[in-house]
Amino acid sequence: MLQSPTVRTSLIFLAIALVALLFTDIAITASNPWRDLGNFFLGVVTPNFFSSEGLMTALLRTVAFAFVGVALGSVCGFLLALVYRWLPVRIMCAFVRAIHELFWALIFLQFFGFHPLTGVLAIAIPYSGIFAKVYSEILDEADPEPGRLLPPRTGVIAAFLYTRIPDCWVQMRTYTAYRLECGLRSSAILGFVGLPTLGFYLESAFSQGHYSDAGAMLILFYVLIATMPLWVRPKLLPVYLVGAPFFLGEGLPIVWGNVARFFTQDIVPSPLRGEEGWSGMGPWLGDMLINQAMPGIWNTVLLTQVALVATGIIALLAFPLISTHFGGPVRRTSGHVFLVIMRSTPEYILAYILLQLWGPSMLPAVVALALHNGGIIGHLIGRQSSTIRLRTDAPTGLDRYTYELVPRVYRSFLAFLFYRWEIIMRETAILGILGIYTLGFYVDSAIQNIQFDRAMVLILITASLNIGVDILGRYIRRKLALQTMPTC
Amino acid sequence: MTGFDLSGLTASFGGERVIGPLSLRVQQGEKVALVGKSGAGKSTLMRLIHEQVNRDASLVPQELGLVNALPVFHNVFMGQLDRHRSWYNTVTLVRPFSRDRDGVRELLKALGMPEKLWIPTASLSGGQRQRVAIARALYRNAPLLLADEPISALDGPMAHQVMQLLKEHFSTSVFALHDVDMALAYCNRIVGIQDGQIALDEPAERLVASDIMSLY
Repeated sequence: MLQSPTVRTSLIFLAIALVALLFTDIAITASNPWRDLGNFFLGVVTPNFFSSEGLMTALLRTVAFAFVGVALGSVCGFLLALVYRWLPVRIMCAFVRAIHELFWALIFLQFFGFHPLTGVLAIAIPYSGIFAKVYSEILDEADPEPGRLLPPRTGVIAAFLYTRIPDCWVQMRTYTAYRLECGLRSSAILGFVGLPTLGFYLESAFSQGHYSDAGAMLILFYVLIATMPLWVRPKLLPVYLVGAPFFLGEGLPIVWGNVARFFTQDIVPSPLRGEEGWSGMGPWLGDMLINQAMPGIWNTVLLTQVALVATGIIALLAFPLISTHFGGPVRRTSGHVFLVIMRSTPEYILAYILLQLWGPSMLPAVVALALHNGGIIGHLIGRQSSTIRLRTDAPTGLDRYTYELVPRVYRSFLAFLFYRWEIIMRETAILGILGIYTLGFYVDSAIQNIQFDRAMVLILITASLNIGVDILGRYIRRKLALQTMPTC
Repeated sequence: MTGFDLSGLTASFGGERVIGPLSLRVQQGEKVALVGKSGAGKSTLMRLIHEQVNRDASLVPQELGLVNALPVFHNVFMGQLDRHRSWYNTVTLVRPFSRDRDGVRELLKALGMPEKLWIPTASLSGGQRQRVAIARALYRNAPLLLADEPISALDGPMAHQVMQLLKEHFSTSVFALHDVDMALAYCNRIVGIQDGQIALDEPAERLVASDIMSLY
């Protein structure tokens, strides 16, 4: 077994996670966590859909921001995909997608304020980077043969429309629809920084202990995502796209003076703004690296590694829940419901809820990341395992799991896990906003202290860290010859 | 000028020479059949000729090169994309003009499949797909035809019908064929390929099937 490179890689990552666990702060600090958890679940099973009219508005805003943001992102991403061969475009796309939607929102909030543009751009910008990459990969996979057969003087546009687009259309449409689902999640969590989407109402319901209101919101959100195939129809799309911009809400008007000040003063490193000039840059950067960046990076990496392995364990445990090789229809249906809830709940919302219930430590973050990402991967490999045809005399129960299924799905399991490594790190950093000492915590504190220069540098460091892990993940996947399609 | 005169043709895969060096001169009006066993280099030679004549030929490649997601009409229409402006081609993608519709339907009628005009090519059978690629080559209407095994998936009568059509339509053509009788029936010059070299080059009327069998 130890000869197998996939097993060895897994054990190395397991060992790293165990060592990291020694340094992470895992604890339940709330005085009565189980009572709170009980109250919360009581709230979910006794949802109150009529407490305030704000709920429906929040739902509508969530959908509107998702539609406008994803639509803008997909158009820009498509145009960028056409010039994706150009290295500067690739670097720029890698960079914008390495910065989490919430960080983008925090940046735009500083100069656009609570204007709808803040939420739209916070989704559209990182999504353009992702769309550009995936669209260009899809376009590259189109069969080149029909293009070679065209008459020599065929125009570029006609050649593109006839030989590339038709081949890619279905895949691009599927991916865009899937991204819309991700967009709904992104849109919901934008509420946590004050935009008028679900997160905002969830946070206020929680802070007042209105668990039934919070439960109603979560249930509506799951219903919204689960019924997407019913209401996202090609014929209805134009209606949504035209209508969505009118449901973003008024927000507050943009003060253009703030925009100018942000770029000319706020983000200029403070030594350059004052008298010290360039000579002050060294100490300024040094201070930030030692007191903010280093502890932030350390905690982000620790938490990411623990969460990655926990995600893997959850996924391996969860996939039999929906696999047709185990259990009856009742168990599979409940397995599906469980996994849908896990993967539809943004990790940020899960982490927020668990933090409220268990008190501050890294535990809620690890559990939230593992449940959400494990739910996604468990769903994917569970579905894949159902396509495996076992011989009729195959063993049953645990033997079937260990001998027949896990070995067969393990490679794609690892592929998905390493693909999500970068996503888990991006989320880990952002969870700092909730008060865990990852990079997001230091970014958020810098913004609270009106030190936008520091916040920008810390965001750049976070982005570089994500790009680094992305490259490493890709290297490992290539080394182990693992292939996968993108997931969000 | 629809013939060609090519010399010093070579092709290598992974450092191994698979074709040539060889020379091939084809005059207007000639119907050449490339014969030889599979792997002899016929398809590679076809591609070489296509490149050498600056792709100014109607090509039917062995793997057909259809856009599976598009209907038959658009796959055939692609043969004339260079004759229209971009806006015209773009509009045609959404709603074809009746003139083009009629032209393509005529061709499909000659190939025995007019009812398939709006069917996506992905859902056609192997023989129907092959006829779509042939229709595209006919629609392209270049002075030279390069057809690599164009009738491999067609049954007897249809194979003859297609060969007759191609023979009438193109004055100059090069076919790669493994069916020796077809080659003798529809071509006036037989070129045998063996190990990437020309092993035989005779007018068809001077040959019988057994002369060619030695190549296999």
